[in-house]
Amino acid sequence: MISVNINGETRQLSGSLTVAALIDEMGLTGKRVALERNGEIVPRSTFPTQRLSDGDKLEIVVAVGGG
Amino acid sequence: MNDKLVIAGKSYSSRLLVGTGKYKDFTETRAALDASGAEIVTVAIRRTNLGQNANEPNLLDSVPMSKFTYLPNTAGCYTADDAVRTLRLARELLDGHSLVKLEVLGDPQSLYPNVIETIAAAKILVAEGFQVMVYTSDDPIVAKQLEDIGCVAIMPLASLIGSGMGILNPWNLQLVMERVKVPVIVDAGVGTASDAAIAMELGCHGVLMNTAIAGAKDPVLMASAMKKGVEAGREAFLAGRMPKKLYSASPSSPTAGIISSTRS
Repeated sequence: MISVNINGETRQLSGSLTVAALIDEMGLTGKRVALERNGEIVPRSTFPTQRLSDGDKLEIVVAVGGG
Repeated sequence: MNDKLVIAGKSYSSRLLVGTGKYKDFTETRAALDASGAEIVTVAIRRTNLGQNANEPNLLDSVPMSKFTYLPNTAGCYTADDAVRTLRLARELLDGHSLVKLEVLGDPQSLYPNVIETIAAAKILVAEGFQVMVYTSDDPIVAKQLEDIGCVAIMPLASLIGSGMGILNPWNLQLVMERVKVPVIVDAGVGTASDAAIAMELGCHGVLMNTAIAGAKDPVLMASAMKKGVEAGREAFLAGRMPKKLYSASPSSPTAGIISSTRS
């Protein structure tokens, strides 16, 4: 198990999880999202190949109403 | 009338830009946007809910990117670093779309822009290929600096965000417009249709607003009023108004042929 911080919350995940698998687990597959990992943008095209590491800090964002 | 608003080489028919925040629900959001005739709409970038229900309604369904030009903003950012990170995420989110609204705020009570951090962020973003429409104060020197950095539009405030106070300093807005060549779009503080008309009569190229519409008792009706206000102000500006003269009152009717007066 690895410990990953997602949007400010610490989660325990299985060690070899890809970003795509995480997105799927969160019910976000097919939704328009963007992801930052440890301060760097993770392009959507690389979601299936990028594997998460212990201590990763993720920001997963969407577009919402705003001025 | 072929009087398009051109921003970063792209033409728009509407000079009214509208925010998507603070509406009752997405139905009202879409109805107000349609009534306003806006083509460019601002959106915010926020964390997704971790426990999100897959069937929860979302903005993109009601306000599709196929019909509107999205302008992601950096609302809630107080540092250049946060603003830059937010817009990098926005560009990835919107498939490489690079037209963005930069705003870096100075304090949460006034929401007044921190122009020093704004300038720092603008330099980085322009260098990374973003087309930056920058929210700023009505300081004409800062406006020129932001243009020199390469921002594609300057967006000075009329008054504080969400205050509805209208244009508090038309003189500064005029100074801004004299100094920059890129479009000047008044952003923040518009309250009612006459405020928007006044901005356009001053020669501004467009007006951006959110609370003025969403905060009205009837947002859809106010959106329609704003559309007309912007159009009226623009036509009045292009028509070239008569001069204001304090001591040269001049009647509109002929002075010859008046019947004899019974007044002695």
